[in-house]
Amino acid sequence: MPSASRPLSVTRRLTNLGFIGLSGLAAILVLAPLGAIFGYLVYKGIGSLNWAFLTNVPHPVGEPGGGMANAIIGSMLILGLGSIIGVPLGIGAGVYLAEFGRGRYVNLVRFTADVLNGIPSIVVGIAVYALVVLPQQHFSALSGGVALGIMMVPTIARTTEEMLLMVPNTIREAALGLGIPQWRTTLQVTLRTASKGVITGAMLAFARVAGETAPLLFTAFGNQFWNLNPNQPTAALPIQIFAYAISPFDEWHRQAWAGALILIVLIVVAVSAVRVVTGRGSMENNA
Amino acid sequence: MGVGIEVKDLNAWFGKAQVLKDINIKVGANAVTAVIGPSGCGKSTFIRCLNRMHETVPAAHLTGSVQVGDIDVYKPGTDAVDVRRRIGMVFQKANPFPTMSIYDNVSAGLRLNGYNNRHELDIAVEHSLRMAALWDEVKDVLKKKSGSSLSGGQQQRLCIARALAVQPELLLMDEPCSALDPISTGKIEELIFQLKEQYTVVIVTHNMQQAARVADHTGFFLMGKLIEYDKTEKIFTTPSDKRTEDYITGRFG
Repeated sequence: MPSASRPLSVTRRLTNLGFIGLSGLAAILVLAPLGAIFGYLVYKGIGSLNWAFLTNVPHPVGEPGGGMANAIIGSMLILGLGSIIGVPLGIGAGVYLAEFGRGRYVNLVRFTADVLNGIPSIVVGIAVYALVVLPQQHFSALSGGVALGIMMVPTIARTTEEMLLMVPNTIREAALGLGIPQWRTTLQVTLRTASKGVITGAMLAFARVAGETAPLLFTAFGNQFWNLNPNQPTAALPIQIFAYAISPFDEWHRQAWAGALILIVLIVVAVSAVRVVTGRGSMENNA
Repeated sequence: MGVGIEVKDLNAWFGKAQVLKDINIKVGANAVTAVIGPSGCGKSTFIRCLNRMHETVPAAHLTGSVQVGDIDVYKPGTDAVDVRRRIGMVFQKANPFPTMSIYDNVSAGLRLNGYNNRHELDIAVEHSLRMAALWDEVKDVLKKKSGSSLSGGQQQRLCIARALAVQPELLLMDEPCSALDPISTGKIEELIFQLKEQYTVVIVTHNMQQAARVADHTGFFLMGKLIEYDKTEKIFTTPSDKRTEDYITGRFG
């Protein structure tokens, strides 16, 4: 038996240092691209970022002072509609999978969710074009929201399921044993216990679709003017960035960078805001 | 007031495995009854059949009848939720709701069944915590601390308070002290002793000294059968069945 007071052997200490170093390096390698992208966006975009950019609609080429205000608001509108559709559906499906579903049907739902998760976003766009845009005969923010909502569902459903399955069964039994009906147990005890993870899943899905361009091309379509009517073609940041980036004008290129920076900032702000709001009143930190 | 229990021809299964065989037992009101026996003998399943928790496990089913006070527990049309509301349960492992404060934990059974009167909730919470001998330790942090921030023994008393808050007629306890130190165990045993003035208590325990200390009657289960059921004193001094004697003297189990 090695005694506790004996110094660690050299090889063991070196191995230890080696592995700490390797895992640290891996962490840096994971974070580096994120830092690089954000840093480059700030470097390229900050110059074109000004009050006019945030408050004006696009101006014709050559005319100074144009901005992306309509696209910023349009993105919020489309993402809002997408969340209204995708979050409840996704959480509902996750609750079904974890709490109520049994047998083959569940496996089918789970499999479908996984397949849906792997479908290219442009295919979702085409499907919504056929299902919503064509019958309506026009592009709209609503159809964009439907496309993004559909893309959010599988991520939210599977994370909700995983998070609910992590809630110990003893918690469900405690609630049922008190004579609390099943539906209330699920909603106000099980789901509440898992709420942190469920919200993280929803935010993850939100952040993922916030940058989607392809499904918006044939749904929200884009627009150079103000529009707050969800039934009309609507500008969105990713579409605007795409349109400006492939244009031949330097001025528009610079605005595309600024738009990309704003998009990232909006996602970070939205995710942080939800975390702050939902984190309040939680008891877990008061141990 | 506590109520009596009458179980007739109770058989219970998990899938195809039969875990309870022809259980017949009558438990008096306002008394503490202990259920003892080796692991896997069906003790926990037995008490889970009394408040219809057994059926919450997939593929679990049973036959027979259970009468608790005026409730015919398994009569078609009897609502399982209603049964559980009237029969409290304390589990082996303390299971406070982790995201809720102490106050919300104790009042959960009332709030989630639709009671919202602040004043009445306050009274119920204080009363229940006092009964569970936890009030003095937590009265200043009721809404500040979460249930899971308490120590193990406190958590179990919190769970007892939570069960008492809905004013059940019968309290079932499934090895409530198995994860606790002797001091916490002592507190809970004292509590059980006081509870029988108002409640009927059925307690499953692995600890025979505990059964001897708190119970008026004791039932000995072995391999899904109720081998012997009598006054605790009789069970531990002059059991009539050889298997009971072997178990309590430590020859097996």
